[in-house]
Amino acid sequence: MLEKHGREGRYCLKRIYINEEYCIGCRLCEIYCQVKHSKSKKILKAFKKELPDMISRVLVEEIGCNSFAIQCRHCSDAPCVEACISGAMTKNPNTGVVNCDEEKCVGCWSCIMVCPYGVIKRDLSAKKAASKCDLCFDEEIPVCVKNCPNEALKYLDIKIKKD
Amino acid sequence: MTLKLKQSEFEILRDENKCISCEVCVRQCSNDVHEFDADSSAVSSESLNCVGCHRCEALCPTGAIKVKKRDLEFKENFNWSADQIKNIYRQAESGGVLLTGMGSDRPHTVYWDHLLLNAAQVTNPSIDPLREPMEIKTFIRGKPDSIKIKKSGSGSFKLEGRIPPHLELETPILFSAMSYGSISYNTCKSLAAAASESGTLYNTGEGGLHRKLYEYAGNTIVQVASGRFGVDKEYLSKAAAIEIKIGQGAKPGIGGHLPGEKVTFDISSTRMIPEGTDAISPAPHHDIYSIEDLKQLIFALKEAIDYTKPVGVKVSAVHNIAPIASGIVRAGADFIAIDGFRGGTGAAPQVIRDNVGIPVELALASVDTRLREEGIRHRSSLIVGGSIRSSSDVVKAIALGADAVYIATAALVAMGCHLCQKCYTGKCNWGIATQDPYLTKRLNPEIGIRRLKGLLHAWSLEIKEMLGGAGINAIESLRGNREHLRGINLSERELSILGIKHAGEAW
Repeated sequence: MLEKHGREGRYCLKRIYINEEYCIGCRLCEIYCQVKHSKSKKILKAFKKELPDMISRVLVEEIGCNSFAIQCRHCSDAPCVEACISGAMTKNPNTGVVNCDEEKCVGCWSCIMVCPYGVIKRDLSAKKAASKCDLCFDEEIPVCVKNCPNEALKYLDIKIKKD
Repeated sequence: MTLKLKQSEFEILRDENKCISCEVCVRQCSNDVHEFDADSSAVSSESLNCVGCHRCEALCPTGAIKVKKRDLEFKENFNWSADQIKNIYRQAESGGVLLTGMGSDRPHTVYWDHLLLNAAQVTNPSIDPLREPMEIKTFIRGKPDSIKIKKSGSGSFKLEGRIPPHLELETPILFSAMSYGSISYNTCKSLAAAASESGTLYNTGEGGLHRKLYEYAGNTIVQVASGRFGVDKEYLSKAAAIEIKIGQGAKPGIGGHLPGEKVTFDISSTRMIPEGTDAISPAPHHDIYSIEDLKQLIFALKEAIDYTKPVGVKVSAVHNIAPIASGIVRAGADFIAIDGFRGGTGAAPQVIRDNVGIPVELALASVDTRLREEGIRHRSSLIVGGSIRSSSDVVKAIALGADAVYIATAALVAMGCHLCQKCYTGKCNWGIATQDPYLTKRLNPEIGIRRLKGLLHAWSLEIKEMLGGAGINAIESLRGNREHLRGINLSERELSILGIKHAGEAW
């Protein structure tokens, strides 16, 4: 499990935190997320050839001058994991990362219905699978964080709430 | 169809092979230059409103956009340059004073570029600043004419009397006055926090001090200007020093005008004026018509703060700057800030900015010389500003006689400013000179602070390198030491005003 969901041999105890005060609504996070999860991984090729099939797993929400980019929160009591009928959506007990195994996913989209943040999307190209943030498990820093020009997204150690 | 004489200043070249229609440029431009057409799902650009701020170019993920200066579109004419013609078109249409922002872009002589520094060879050793201690700590204060030392009974010595208050800076660079209103809160915060973390000072400008910035009181110079915005006992107490603003290099003799639309709730409460009203700084201080009047204000402020902080005066470099500075010293100012005519502004009439005042290099040299001749140079520190562009400008200014320098344009450039000179429109795409909540977010103070600190650190290192090369290990030894400067391509008269030898002249 760790090899698949965590970062090479390391526990992934980091999460993406949103600093909405400084989100400038440029949507570069969405663009780089699309490229990262495209087939070619190259921005020009991906946008010129694969466009209809590309889904951004991070979403910029905007009302007036307020905006923020949101992606899977990897909830501690992830309702999508509970709702998943095929056992595709799992929460890694070690890292807490919620991941969707696209092989197992049958495309019932129960997860989409229960997600309180609306950050799981239909992957229309695969016709069935659900698409969500995987924290770019093969990257040092998730691409949305890396390419945010105003550091409105941060990749930080999990904040532990003290009672 | 109306007659349109306005012409595009820039050309926007969009490489269609690279454009992915992601609309980042559309979202980033506050001048509505780029447009997305849903039918053709393509982005197109109308360059007429482009100000050349390069925001779109900087954020384009594929490098598809290039903003280029548009080629001269008028018949070539040495006398009637394209700028002259365009200004007349603009003016004939608006019927008003042409406004502009930032410092003058006219090709007047930049004297810094005509000054060369010295280095030690054979007869005195140069110093490696990475291995040897190098002191660039700077003090801003008026020094007493003499000090009295008392020998106590136990044989130790003690200073008698009171030493005037002083400012202690880790580096001889301060952030110059920029008001909250002309720049955004995030920009003010970046300057304040960077000054505090780098051991130097920033200046509030004339727009009052936001309450949230009180925590940086120890690194704040508060300004008292002709509009007296935001001035009260608390304002004066939340500062390390007070500066009376008489003039600004970009617009000597001209007041300020912050349009009512920019006076938001926050700005109105900081400036202590009603929301939505124009904030007008009169051209003169209506209570200062002479050096004696200035002295009254200086001492009124000193009284108000119980003589605990230095009080300085900022003037722009004008023709009679030397006698004016002499008067200011005699009026009791602890420091004088001289702003040269290439100094920046948030808004100024273009004709004033480009034609009034004198370069700060000449003003500094003549003031320093005059104060020395009169034997009063020690009574005030000199801070100069007005386009200090690099660490070498700092070193040259100090060698010419300055105690420290003020930087503002350089600080804004460090935070992303591209000198498009449209500060007065309030549409700054870089989130600096604006109050629009869509735009102010674009400057994350965390990034701003980091970059400003980086700039100060880099310049300080370079200053140390230059000092070391000249065989000096303390900036105090360079101050006013014009033997370290040589002029190049300067006339006899210019050299004599600058008080330096021409390159090639030895002792």
